[in-house]
Amino acid sequence: MPRARHLAAVPANQRATDEQERSWLRRRSPSGQSGEHPSPISHALKLRLYRGMLLSRRLDERLMALQRQGRVGFHVGHRGEEAAIIGAAAALREQDWLVPCYREFGALLMRGAPLCTYLDQMFGNAADTGHGRQMPDHFHSRAQRCLSVSAPIGTQIPHAVGLAYAARLKGRDDVALVFFGDGATSSNDFHAALNFAGVWGAPVVLACRNNGYAISLPSSQQTASKGFACKAAAYGVRGVEVDGNDVLAVYEATRDAREAAARGEGPTLLELVTYRLDAHSSSDDPRAYRSDEEVAAAAAREPIGRFKAHLLACGALSEAEDAQLQEAVDAEVRAALEAARAREKPALDTLFEDVYAETPWHLTLAAREAAQTARGGSAHTPEGSAD
Amino acid sequence: MMEMNMVQAINAGLHQEMGADPDVVVLGEDVGRVGGVFRVTQGLHDAFGEQRVIDTPLNESGILGTAIGMALYGLKPIPEIQFADFIYPGFDQLVSEAAKYRYRSGGEYSVPMVVRTPFGGGIKGGLYHSQSPEALFIHTAGLKVVCPSNPYDAKGLLRASLQDPDPVLFFEPKRVYRAVKMEVPEHAYEVPLSKAAVVREGSDVTVVAWGAMLYEALAAAEQVRGDDGLDVEVIDPRTLWPLDLDTVLESVRKTGRLVIVHEAPRACGFGAELVSLVCENAFVHLEAPPQRVTGFDTPFPYALEDDYLPLAHRIAPALRETARF
Repeated sequence: MPRARHLAAVPANQRATDEQERSWLRRRSPSGQSGEHPSPISHALKLRLYRGMLLSRRLDERLMALQRQGRVGFHVGHRGEEAAIIGAAAALREQDWLVPCYREFGALLMRGAPLCTYLDQMFGNAADTGHGRQMPDHFHSRAQRCLSVSAPIGTQIPHAVGLAYAARLKGRDDVALVFFGDGATSSNDFHAALNFAGVWGAPVVLACRNNGYAISLPSSQQTASKGFACKAAAYGVRGVEVDGNDVLAVYEATRDAREAAARGEGPTLLELVTYRLDAHSSSDDPRAYRSDEEVAAAAAREPIGRFKAHLLACGALSEAEDAQLQEAVDAEVRAALEAARAREKPALDTLFEDVYAETPWHLTLAAREAAQTARGGSAHTPEGSAD
Repeated sequence: MMEMNMVQAINAGLHQEMGADPDVVVLGEDVGRVGGVFRVTQGLHDAFGEQRVIDTPLNESGILGTAIGMALYGLKPIPEIQFADFIYPGFDQLVSEAAKYRYRSGGEYSVPMVVRTPFGGGIKGGLYHSQSPEALFIHTAGLKVVCPSNPYDAKGLLRASLQDPDPVLFFEPKRVYRAVKMEVPEHAYEVPLSKAAVVREGSDVTVVAWGAMLYEALAAAEQVRGDDGLDVEVIDPRTLWPLDLDTVLESVRKTGRLVIVHEAPRACGFGAELVSLVCENAFVHLEAPPQRVTGFDTPFPYALEDDYLPLAHRIAPALRETARF
C-alpha cells in the first residue's frame, strides 16, 4: 500500500518551490512606479482596497496620538504595511478564517467588522467583547471568523493549521490565513506549523509580513537565509515572495494561494516584503536601531501613495473623489472614536466569567470577595453585587 | 460487564466516543498504526482511519497547537502526549493558548479538548519518564485536571472530560495501567468531573491521594489498622481541579486529621494547596497539623525510585504520628 496522506495529497512536482511563483517581486516592480502592470482587478475592488488602506492609516495616526495623550494604553500600528494586510485579507472568502498576529486590525475591518468592534477593544470598555481583559490591539471576532490575538510569538500558526485540517476533515473548503512577522519565523511554532501543514497538506495560507524588523532586530538577525519564502521548500510547502507594498500583487498572490488551498493543493508560505514605517509599538523608539535616512527611503516606497498614483493613472479615481473619500474616512474614525471613548469600563463581575464555561465554586467565592472589597467609589462596581 | 485493566478501559472508551461522534479525533506520536507506546489507542486507526487517528510529526507544541485549532473549529480533539515529561515543549500552548482562549475572547471561542498523558513513576522510567506535573496545570486558570486511579473511573471520567466544554488534562497513572483489573461496563457512562470518591471509610485520619499513590495509601491504611487499630478514611479526588473540596472538608471535620500523599515534589505541590484550603475552611476541626508525604524536591531518580516515591512504608508512620499528635 502506498504511504497514505491525511488530507489533500500534494503532488511532489507542485510541492517544490516554483520559480515562476517566486518571481512576484520581479513581476510587480518594487520601483514605486505604478500603473506599470495591467490588472484584471475591477475598479470597484481597487477602490475597496484603497479605502481599507486609508482607514487603517487614519486609525494608526489617531490611535498613536491618543496613546501619547494617555487616552489609549497601547497601540501597534501597521503604517507602511497596509498593502500587505489589506490586500491579503481582501483575497479571502466569507467562509475563510483569519488568524491574526497583532498588527492586522485592518484585515479584521476588511472582513466586515464594525469599526466600533475594534475601537471598543482598544479602549477595553464595557462593549468590548473581550471585556477589557486584553491589552489594546489584541482583538478577535467570531462573527468575522477572526481568532484571538496572543502576545507570545508564533503560537497562532499551528492553530491555523489545525483549523484548516478540521475544515477539510469536515468536508468543507474553508481556508485559514495566518499572519505573522519575520521575527516569528524564529519561533518553534513556525517550524512545527510549517512541518505539520506540509505533511498534512492542510489548506492554509501562511502570510509572513517581512517588515524588516522584529522590534529592534533586523531580519538579518532572525535568519541567515535569503529571505523567508525559501524556508517553505524545506517543509514541502510552496513558497512565494511578494512585493508587500503592492496591494494588487498581495491580493493576487493571496488569492492564488487561497484557491490552491481550497482545491486541495495544500499550503503556501507567502513572504510579503514590506517595511514598518513606525515604531514596533507605542512603547518603542526605533531611532535607537535604524537611521532616519533608511526610514525616509522606505517612506518613498510606501504603499498608499503608490496605489493612489495607480488609481489616478488607470482612471479609477480622481483627485476630487480622493479628497471626498479621505474626508469620509476621517469623519467615520472621529465619530467611532468618540463613541468608544465615552463607554464605561467593564463590570467587576466580568473578571470572573469565562475562565470556564461554568463558574466553579472557588471563582464564585473570589467574585464575592472582590465585590466586598471593591475600591471605594469604584465606578465599575456592579450594582447589587456586594452582600 | 467485562474485567478490564486501565489501558483496556480507556481504549474501550475511545472506541465508543469516536464511534458515537465523528468530531472526536485522536492525534499524537505513534498513536496510529502502533496504537501508542502503551497501546492505549490500539485498533482506533483501523476502525476510524488515518484522518481521525493521526500519527503526527514529533513535536508536542505542534500536537497541542494544531489540536487547539481543531477545537476552535468545532472538533473534539484528544491529543496524546507520550509521557507527561514531554509536555514541556507544548507547555506554552496549554497555559497561554488553550487555557486562556475562552477568557480572552469573552466566551466567543473555547477549546474543548482532552489532553491524555501517562504520568508518574514506579516503572523504572528514570528522570524523563516518571514526572508528575499536575500542579503546574492546576496553577493555570482555565484548565481542568483529571486523574483517574482505576479502570472504571478512567472510562467514565474520559467521557465526562470529552463532554466538558473546556480543556482538560487527563493524567493517566502508568503504574496502574495494567496492574489493576476490575469490572467495567460495556455501555457508555460518565463519572462526573469535580466529584471525589471516598474509597475507604474511616474515623481517625483522612488521607487524600490520587493516581498510583491511592493504592499505597490504602496499603498503609491496612497496615496501621492491623498494627495500631487506626481507622483511616481514604479519599480519591479523581478531578484535582476544580476540586471537590466539600468531600475533603466533610471527612476532615469527622476525623480532625489530614495526611496528603502525592508523587510530585513537595514544594508548591498540590498538597500545599489542599493543606491551605483545609486550614482556611476547617481549622477549628483539626486536631493535628496536616502532613504531606510526597516525592522529594529533587529530580526523579532511576535506581532509587522506591525511595523517592511516597510508598506505604513512608505513609504509615505519618498516619501514626498524625493520629497520636
